[in-house]
Amino acid sequence: MTLIVLVLAVLTALQLIRIFELSSKARQTAEYEVTDRDNNNQGWLMLLFGFGLIASFFWMLNAWLPVTLPKPASAHGTDYDNLMTISMLVIIAMFVLVQPILFYFAWKYRGAKDRKATYYEHNNRLEFIWTIVPAVVLAVLIIYGMTTWSNVMNPKNEQEPLVIEVYAQQFKWTARYAGQDNQLGYANVRLIKDANVIGVDTLDTKGGDDKITTEIHLPVGRPVLFKFRSQDVIHSAYFPHFRAQMNCVPGMTTQFQFTPTVTTAEMRQDAEVQAKVARINKIRTEKGLEAYAYDYVLLCNKICGSAHYNMQMNIVVESEAEYAKWLTEQKTVAETL
Amino acid sequence: MADHAHDHAHDHAHDDHHDHEHHVDNFWTKYVFSIDHKMIAKQFLVTGMFMGIIGVFMSMLFRLQLAWPGESFPILETFLGKWAPDGVMDPNMYLALVTIHGTIMVFFVLTAGLSGTFSNLLIPLQIGARDMASGFLNMISYWFFAASSVVMVVSLFVETGPASGGWTVYPPLSALPQAMPGSGAGMTLWLVSMTLFIAGSLIGSLNYIVTVINLRTKGMSMTRLPLTIWAFLVTAILGVLSFPVLLSAALLLVFDRSMGTSFYLSDIMVAGEMLTNQGGSPILFEHLFWFLGHPEVYIILLPALGITSEVIATNSRKPIFGYRAMIGSILAIAFLSFIVWGHHMFITGMNPFLGSVFTFTTLLIAIPSAVKAFNYITTLWKGNIRFTPAMLFSIGLVSTFVAGGLTGIILGDSALDINVHDTYFVVAHFHIVMGLSAIFGMFAGVYHWFPKMYGRMMNKSMGYLHFWLTFVSAYGVFFPMHFTGLAGLPRRYYSNAEFPIFDELQDINVIITMFAIGGGIAQLIFIFNFFYSMWRGPKAPQNPWNSNTLEWTAPVEHIHGNWPGAIPEVHRWAYDYSKPGYDEDFVPQTTPLKDGEHAH
Repeated sequence: MTLIVLVLAVLTALQLIRIFELSSKARQTAEYEVTDRDNNNQGWLMLLFGFGLIASFFWMLNAWLPVTLPKPASAHGTDYDNLMTISMLVIIAMFVLVQPILFYFAWKYRGAKDRKATYYEHNNRLEFIWTIVPAVVLAVLIIYGMTTWSNVMNPKNEQEPLVIEVYAQQFKWTARYAGQDNQLGYANVRLIKDANVIGVDTLDTKGGDDKITTEIHLPVGRPVLFKFRSQDVIHSAYFPHFRAQMNCVPGMTTQFQFTPTVTTAEMRQDAEVQAKVARINKIRTEKGLEAYAYDYVLLCNKICGSAHYNMQMNIVVESEAEYAKWLTEQKTVAETL
Repeated sequence: MADHAHDHAHDHAHDDHHDHEHHVDNFWTKYVFSIDHKMIAKQFLVTGMFMGIIGVFMSMLFRLQLAWPGESFPILETFLGKWAPDGVMDPNMYLALVTIHGTIMVFFVLTAGLSGTFSNLLIPLQIGARDMASGFLNMISYWFFAASSVVMVVSLFVETGPASGGWTVYPPLSALPQAMPGSGAGMTLWLVSMTLFIAGSLIGSLNYIVTVINLRTKGMSMTRLPLTIWAFLVTAILGVLSFPVLLSAALLLVFDRSMGTSFYLSDIMVAGEMLTNQGGSPILFEHLFWFLGHPEVYIILLPALGITSEVIATNSRKPIFGYRAMIGSILAIAFLSFIVWGHHMFITGMNPFLGSVFTFTTLLIAIPSAVKAFNYITTLWKGNIRFTPAMLFSIGLVSTFVAGGLTGIILGDSALDINVHDTYFVVAHFHIVMGLSAIFGMFAGVYHWFPKMYGRMMNKSMGYLHFWLTFVSAYGVFFPMHFTGLAGLPRRYYSNAEFPIFDELQDINVIITMFAIGGGIAQLIFIFNFFYSMWRGPKAPQNPWNSNTLEWTAPVEHIHGNWPGAIPEVHRWAYDYSKPGYDEDFVPQTTPLKDGEHAH
C-alpha cells in the first residue's frame, strides 16, 4: 500500500518535471532561467503572502488571545502583565511594520530584463539611525525589565511572609507548612525513612510543628515565601496563574516569594474566567468528561520523566479564616511520626 | 568572463602549480576517503540530509500524539514497535522523539549539515585556494561526523530506548538510568556520539580558520571577502571556543554516570534507592552546557545569514547594503553570544543579580541583529530582483529572522521569562528564529550552489513549489505556538489532557499538526528534485547566476586544485553588481579596476 503510494508519487513528480521542462522549451528558455514572467508571478506571491501573514496574525490575535492566561492572581503579577503588554506592543509594532516592508519591496522591485538595479552600497546616516533607534528602545525595555525583575526577586516585606516548602519528586508535589514558629525544620533526602517521606529531621525542634500536606492553601493578601527542594531530578515549580516559577534542584534549596491577591472563589466570579470555563466545559461535555470549575494549579515545567505531563498539585487561595481552619485540620510532623 | 579572469590570472603567474592533474582516483579515494573539499562538502550535505529526514519524520510522529493524544495510529506501531503498543505512543518514547529530534536538528543537520557543507565547499573556492589547509584533517573531520551519525542512529534501536532527557540532557535525569529508561544505554550512546561529533567539529573548525587566514589568493584582503566567508570564519571561531566546554561537560557526565563521581549529583533518592553522591550541582552542568549552547545558536545561524547575504545581493543585482556594518554585526553578535548563556537559566536558582546582567547582554544582541535585518531589506530596495528558489528562501529567512528575533526581546528579559520559560512560547521563538532561518539558509545554499556541487541545475518550478509549501506551513506550525505558550502550556508534555485549563488548546494543536504533516511531506519535493537533478538535471553553465565571486571562475567539472593553471587574482570586493560604468550588471572580483574607478 505504502509502496504503491510512493511509486505513484514519484511518477507524478517525473511527469511534473517533464511538463515544466517542455513548457520552458516551448518558450525557448532553459527551465532554470528565471524569466520576467517568473519574477512577476513570484513578486505577486510575495505581496500576497505579506498580506496573508499580517491578516492571519490579526486573525489569531482575535481568535486566540482569549485562550491565553487570564488576569494574574498575585501582587507582582500585575506588574508582570504590564511589562508583558508593553513589550508585546513594541514587538508587534515592529512586526507589522517590518514584514510588510520586506514583502512590499520584494514585489515592488521584482526584476525585469529591461531594468537595472541602483548601485547603492551604504549610507552611514541610515545605518546610524537603525543602530541608535533600536538601542534607545531596548534601553527603555532593559531598564523597565530589570526594575521589575529586581522588585519581584527581592521583595520588601512589611509583613513576615508565610514560609511553605514545596517538595518535588517523580511525579508528585508535597507541601510542608512551617507551623507555629513559621520556621521549617531541617530536612534532607538522606533522612527519608518509612513514613518520613520527605526526610524531615525529627531531632530538629523547629520541625515538630511543621505540617505536611498534599494541597496548597494560601491566605489571600499575605506574602508567601516558597522554599523548593527536589528528591531526584530537576523539576520546575510553575504557578502560571501567579506569574511565578522556580526550578527545584536536588542538593540545594531555591526560593520564590509572591503575594496571592485573588481568592479562588473570586477568580471564579471573574467574567473573563467564566467565559473561559464555559468554553472549556463545552469541550469537556462533548468528550464526556466531568465539568470543570476554575482552579489554581502547580505544574512541573522541567522535563523529569515519563509522567512529567501529569505532575500537578491543586492550589486554593482563600480568606484568612478559611485558611486557618484548613490548617488546623492538618496533622503536624510530631503527630504523624 | 571566465576567460578574462584566466588571462589575467596568467599574467600574474602564481607559482603554486600543483601537479594535481597526475593524481589518479579510484572509487574509494574519490567518493569515500576523499581529501578534496568539494567531495567532502557533498558528503556532509548528503549525511546531513539523511539525518534531517529522520529528524523531521520524528517531529511528524510526535505531532500526531500532541494533536490526538491517546488515539491509536497504526503507523506509530509500524515505526515504533513495542514503544507504541496498539498504535498509542508510550510517554517515554514521546520524550525520546523530542530529544533525538532536537539533537539531530541542532547538531547533525544545522551544525554539520549546514556549516560542514558550505564552509567546505565555499571557503577554498571563494577565497581562491587549491583546497583546505589540511585535506587529510578535513577528511578526518567528516569521518568523525559520519561515525557520530552512525552511533546516534544505532542508539535509536537499543532495548531501553534512545536518550530521552531533552536535547539539553540535564543531569540528574540524564545521569540516572533509574530516573527514566532512556538514561540507560541510549544516553551512553548519545554521549559517545556527541563526543565524536565534537571532535570532528573541532578539527573541521580549526581547518576553516587556518584556511581563511592563510590561503587567500592575491588581492583577497579581509575586506574583499564575500560575507559567506566572514560568517564561516566567525562560526568556526565560535565552535573552537565553545565546543570544548560541552566536551568537558559531557566527560564529567560520563564520570558521574559510570565512575561514581559527584560533579552534578548530590542528595538524591531515586526509584526508592538512596544514592551516595554528595556535593555536586546540576547547575554546574547547565552553565557548562549553555556556555556552548548559546554560541551554538549562532554557529547555526551565522552561516545561514552569510549565505543569505550572498544570495540576496546576487539576485537583487545590487551590492549588499552596508558591507562593513554587516561584518561588524557578525563580530558583535559573535562576541555577545559568549556572555549571554545565563538567559537560559533565569529561574534555575541562579543569583537574581546575574539575571539582570544576562538580561542586559542578551537584549544588546537585538541591536546588531536589527542592523542585519534592515540591511537585507535595504539591499532589496531599488533592486532588480530575480526570484530564483534560493532568493525565495533567503527572503523567507529575513522574514523568519525578524519574526523570531522579536520574541527574543520577551524571552531575554528575565522578568518576563519567569512565566514563559519552558513553555511553547520558547518553542515558537527558537524554531522560528533559529530553526526556520537556518534551514531556509541551508535550502538557499543548496539551490544556489547546486550547480557548483553537481555541475547540473535544479528544477526551478519544483523549487518554487517547495518554497511556498514550506514557507506557509512553517509559519502555520510555529506561529500558533506563541498563543499556547502564553496560555501556560509547558513544552515536552506528552499530553495536555491532564489539565482542564489546556482543553481549549486542542484545536490549535490539531492545526499545528496539520501544517507540520503538510510541511514535512512537502520536503519530498525537494528530495526528489535534488536527486533527480543530480543525475538528470540540465548541465550547468559556468556562471549560472551571473555572480561576482571566485567559485564561478572555476570549471564546472571538478578538478583537484580547483583551477587549471594559476589561481585567479582578485581586484575588487564581491559586490559590484549594477555598477555604473559597466554594461553588464555584474563585475567579477577578477576584473581589475578601470582607471579612475572607485573601489566600493
